[in-house]
Amino acid sequence: MTAISGDRKRSSRLKEKTLDGYNFAYLDDQTKRMIRRATLKAVAIPGYQVPFGSREMPLPFGWGTGGIQVTASIIGIDDTLKVIDQGADDTTNAVNIRRFFAKTAGVETTENTSDASIIQTRHRIPEVKLKSDQIIVYQVPIPEPLRWIEPREQETRKMHALTEYGVMHVGLYENIAHFGKVTTSYDYPVQVNDHYVMSPSPIPKFDNPKMDKMPALQLFGAGREKRIYAVPPYTKVKSLDFDDHPFEIESWSECCALCGSSSSFLDEVITDDKGSRMFVCSDSNFCAERRAKGHKGPGLPRKLEIKDIE
Amino acid sequence: MTNVLLSAKNLSHHYGSQVGCIDINFDIYPGEVLGVVGESGSGKTTLLKNISGLLQPSSGSVKFDTRVDGLKDIYLLSEPERRLLMRTDWGIVFQNARDGLRMNVSAGANVGERLMAIGARNYGNIRNEATDWLQNVEIGLERIDHYPETFSGGMLQRLQIARNLVTKPRLVFMDEPTSGLDVSVQARLLDLIRGLVSQLGIACVIVSHDLGVMRLLSNRLIVMHQGRVVEQGLTDQVLDDPQHPYSQLLVSSILPV
Ligand SMILES: [Zn+2]
Repeated sequence: MTAISGDRKRSSRLKEKTLDGYNFAYLDDQTKRMIRRATLKAVAIPGYQVPFGSREMPLPFGWGTGGIQVTASIIGIDDTLKVIDQGADDTTNAVNIRRFFAKTAGVETTENTSDASIIQTRHRIPEVKLKSDQIIVYQVPIPEPLRWIEPREQETRKMHALTEYGVMHVGLYENIAHFGKVTTSYDYPVQVNDHYVMSPSPIPKFDNPKMDKMPALQLFGAGREKRIYAVPPYTKVKSLDFDDHPFEIESWSECCALCGSSSSFLDEVITDDKGSRMFVCSDSNFCAERRAKGHKGPGLPRKLEIKDIE
Repeated sequence: MTNVLLSAKNLSHHYGSQVGCIDINFDIYPGEVLGVVGESGSGKTTLLKNISGLLQPSSGSVKFDTRVDGLKDIYLLSEPERRLLMRTDWGIVFQNARDGLRMNVSAGANVGERLMAIGARNYGNIRNEATDWLQNVEIGLERIDHYPETFSGGMLQRLQIARNLVTKPRLVFMDEPTSGLDVSVQARLLDLIRGLVSQLGIACVIVSHDLGVMRLLSNRLIVMHQGRVVEQGLTDQVLDDPQHPYSQLLVSSILPV
């Protein structure tokens, strides 16, 4: 969060680079102050969902308006922004959000995780360990982890306040009863600082351990549901589980076909219409950096031929 | 002399100018089944809500023998204390089983929920308890992972009972537990409730308009009329030799001469 000073060089840069007729980072100052107040409250009560007056944004709900509003309220002219969608920097949504802030705030943008001061994300936490001078902003579609079992807002608030979280384990119980194991693989619920149970947004559970004691500040914005919540740096984040079914993350028998990494989250990619497929890092920046350093994967698998199937 | 488990003193409830119940006094002892009988509008449902923590009475007190501090006014407990009491030492069996069950999770999860709510974190143990309790209420184990939606009315009510009894509460409130069920299903359910209650030594407050239910289940009976208790005593005494004119009317109306 870089303060905007009256520095002449900066103000000229502001004039030069941002869109005429728009506020810095699009939102008006009053809205930003309101969102910052909600954000500060969220940081003070780790995992607690703070209601805020979500604004109309120039894109529809479901496109990350919650995350965008949070980013718009904390970004300063000296920040460097990275935007991830599905782990990649080059998907339409990521490109659009990055361009939006480049235009309305005139900030530097980057695809390089280590160079970013603010990372707005949907679906992933970068593989590179985040640092204490970074902030990660998650886009959240459904902030209330208790909603699936308790539709009444007043009741879920009470359950949070009194740490009545037995029903979260009812969900895990159902998974094991029906499938023999916990099959929830995205948006896997966590308990923050031994109190609030929180939805980590639709990241794979592979990323859950990264949230625990993370040096970077983690902010969560839900636009449609009008909620902001946060995990301050170095805060305990525990994934819910049973003693006899401990929390586990996904693992792969292969490594990344391109960079050879065996410690990253892999996506299965179909490479042609003949059934060839490979596993590659979902974090495209992580993969590219490894390749730039000379790491190599096994490459494309031998194409399947008809005789292999027969 | 055992301690009183629940004590209602000078209990009254008004809905605006409407009378719910007036000046109710009684004690319940551990293991005792108290029946509250009356027509609809007699105040029995208001009374049940008042004493089960669901509705604070306009005046009077409801005290419960808490494990830690002994007899305490349930409405002077903090909300977390009261909610804890409701999911450990108390059970509530609703007339409509759907009000007391989670219809979107399996039978096993319905039974296991109270265990998880008080901190059970071992899946195997929870599963075993759920299995035992489904057996106790005569639900086939092949139904453990089925959703309540697929259950008959009698099964739903038995599942609701299992869900409540799994934490071995000391007091269970039942609101017309058998109404709306077929006669044969009713009889089976009544037998089951009677067996479980005596076997586990659970105290019960059962509200019903059905004197047959009371005859079978309750040790002591309270007759309510227009918000007041008009007669109370041992069940057989009240039913065989009612003293108050209203009790006499009630008894004669269901017992064909
Ligand atoms: Zn890779």
